[in-house]
Amino acid sequence: MPVIFITDGLIFLLVFMVLGFVLYARGHEHLRAPWRDVTRRPIAMSAAIILFVYIVFGLFDSLHFHPRLEASDSNEPVYSSEISSVLDVLLGDLRNNTERTYSAPLASYAFSKEMIEQTDGTQIRTYPRLKYGGAHLDDPSSQSNTDIIKRILISFFLGLLVSVSVTGIILLILSKRNNLGFKETMNKCVRNELPVPWYAIFITLCLIITIFTCVICLSQSYHVFGTDKVGQDVLYQSLKSIRTGLVIGTLTTLIMLPFAIMTGLMAGYFRGWIDDVIQYLYTTLNSIPGVLLIAASILLLQVYISNHEADFSSLEQRGDLRLLFLCIILGITSWTGLCRLLRAETLKLREVDYVQAAQAFGVGNLRIMLRHLLPNVMHIVMISIVLDFSGLVLAEAVLSYVGIGVDPSMHSWGNMINSARLEIARDPVVWWSLAAAFIFMFILVLSANLFSDAVRDAFDPRIREN
Amino acid sequence: MINYILRRIAYAIPILIGVNIITFVLFFVVNTPDDMARMQLGDKHISEAAITKWKEERGYDKPILWNNNAQAVGKVTETIFFQNSVKLFLFDFGRSDSGRDISYDIGQRMLPSLSITVPGLVFGLLAYITFGLILAFFRGSYIDVSGVILCVAMMSVSGLFYIIGGQFLIGKLLHLVPISGYDTGFNSIKFIVLPVFIGLIGGIGASTRWYRTIFLEEMGKDYVRTAKAKGLSETSVLYKHVLMNGLIPILTGVVVILPSLFMGSLIVESFFAIPGLGSYTIDAISSQDFAIVRSMVFLGSVLYIIGLILTDISYTLVDPRVRLN
Repeated sequence: MPVIFITDGLIFLLVFMVLGFVLYARGHEHLRAPWRDVTRRPIAMSAAIILFVYIVFGLFDSLHFHPRLEASDSNEPVYSSEISSVLDVLLGDLRNNTERTYSAPLASYAFSKEMIEQTDGTQIRTYPRLKYGGAHLDDPSSQSNTDIIKRILISFFLGLLVSVSVTGIILLILSKRNNLGFKETMNKCVRNELPVPWYAIFITLCLIITIFTCVICLSQSYHVFGTDKVGQDVLYQSLKSIRTGLVIGTLTTLIMLPFAIMTGLMAGYFRGWIDDVIQYLYTTLNSIPGVLLIAASILLLQVYISNHEADFSSLEQRGDLRLLFLCIILGITSWTGLCRLLRAETLKLREVDYVQAAQAFGVGNLRIMLRHLLPNVMHIVMISIVLDFSGLVLAEAVLSYVGIGVDPSMHSWGNMINSARLEIARDPVVWWSLAAAFIFMFILVLSANLFSDAVRDAFDPRIREN
Repeated sequence: MINYILRRIAYAIPILIGVNIITFVLFFVVNTPDDMARMQLGDKHISEAAITKWKEERGYDKPILWNNNAQAVGKVTETIFFQNSVKLFLFDFGRSDSGRDISYDIGQRMLPSLSITVPGLVFGLLAYITFGLILAFFRGSYIDVSGVILCVAMMSVSGLFYIIGGQFLIGKLLHLVPISGYDTGFNSIKFIVLPVFIGLIGGIGASTRWYRTIFLEEMGKDYVRTAKAKGLSETSVLYKHVLMNGLIPILTGVVVILPSLFMGSLIVESFFAIPGLGSYTIDAISSQDFAIVRSMVFLGSVLYIIGLILTDISYTLVDPRVRLN
């Protein structure tokens, strides 16, 4: 039985909007040109592929449902009260294979010593075997290293095989399209003579596929990133956190966008008292320290939730509301920057000949703003969407650390870091939770930064002219 | 000039009123004092008497905007709005929900905050300007390209990583300085070094890249070409012309955050257990002390607005072309 959270709905709305824009832009050369420029940059294309992988994970994690319970006597299907997502199903055992407590990455023994009763009745203090990590081995202390290396080698070659075949298929399609021979296409790719830098795409794809096969192969019988305090697989947590990061990064901008565009255009176009009011509004909001405004709002939401507990049917729903609320608050604190940019640009544009001409023809104000001004400030909107994304993903971690981020029950990198920050003081150090969260976040933010640089270079007319 | 400053200050007043109204609405209208009391006292089935007592102790039992039971002026002053919001304008922050004098606490905690933020700003500016200038000087070379890539990579690392990693590496493995804590007088230096250094590292990526762009923009201008055509050496053009002119946007950009240095840094202070205003705010947030959060919102806004005014003034001082109106 499907469940649709509010953020799920908004995510898919966003996906449809992007698809709609792509279809629309295909027919309009001036919209296509800057994007084509982006596809000519090798770094941007590599980053785009990595972002795409993240997005796929996020989308699979946004399809929620109540799983059906198998053991039921009546004909009516019975659904579990638990909510899982398609990603949970795809990850399968990763979710359910929980240990008792900490275990290091790829370990077969637990992290700390425990009293274990032996078969002859005596008790010894030793590292107990893990329930799932390395459970297929008879004597992990001697076998596990060779087993891991064997698995890595096998999966490495498997990954190479898959990536070579994927590359081959893409090359075939390319050669069909360009009416070239297969070999000729390959040479052109290697020498980078095709307009799109395919060599960068192929390298990224091969890397991703190989790493994926290695991780999949190892995760069958090990915890690749170890387990956390309650024994949950860290890899699973990191993958589940992808959705939270993406939601914060995209929905925040989506929510504030209509408002920022409207106020920015109005302030620049009408000037006079409307401009004064809007300027007053954003100076006031801007002068409240962002973190404090977020803190105040989240505190108030907590008060609201604790007083209206009956309204929320599940923990997930509560977490989702808080996530949405966080997006809205972040949107409120971050629309001012875009609004100011749009206002400044509109002030310049309204004096331009075609706007004056439209006014002389008696075209309505609304129409001028929508038809003449909006398309000409779209590059600013586009640049600020992609530039904001990485900052928002990083902000989530900090806010969750402060305790005013997403719900503590929700998977997020910030929560992972927050719960792991005391583990660094342990001896020996429990580093894997932190490391996994930082690595996943770093890869996402780095690709977003590289991609947004390319988008900015392609869209900013000042840079394009040079 | 004085006229201009006075006008700017007058313009700041409606903004402060706006801030005040927003915080008032957030804290007292959207959520009533009853909700706050229930939240603070914890129990859902708390008695009505306990809530009344809690509100009475903190002065939240008054009507919100208009008090009909009071005499004359008291109709306006004996209200939550006047007692808790209007008084902020006089920097009378009142007492926190746990009963401490907020103004006293703020006064006590300003110095530790400044002892982190001021060295952080000074050393940060020095380092970022140097790096930015180096990258701009070697523009287009491998040094520049690898420097920019390094900057992007460093920008992409979460600030929390620098803090946790730095504490672990320098404090725990190398035992160079204590991991966290604070002391008075000169003893505090060993506690300050690490947070300042980590703050500096954390800002390198974004700032260096930004300053490099400023210097590059300056290098493309006509007067630089003229200076070079006159036969000036590359280094003297760099120091006398590019650096001096590039400093204008950099320093005027710094002016806006100068007053906010009092507020300290939320994350750094709480990680390093520095008793400044940043950790004060964090503690207030986690113990859900609304009175402190409200005061800090107001204080932060005042400091930001002062920063804006200072920025405008600094523009007119630095660049005579900017007219005062």
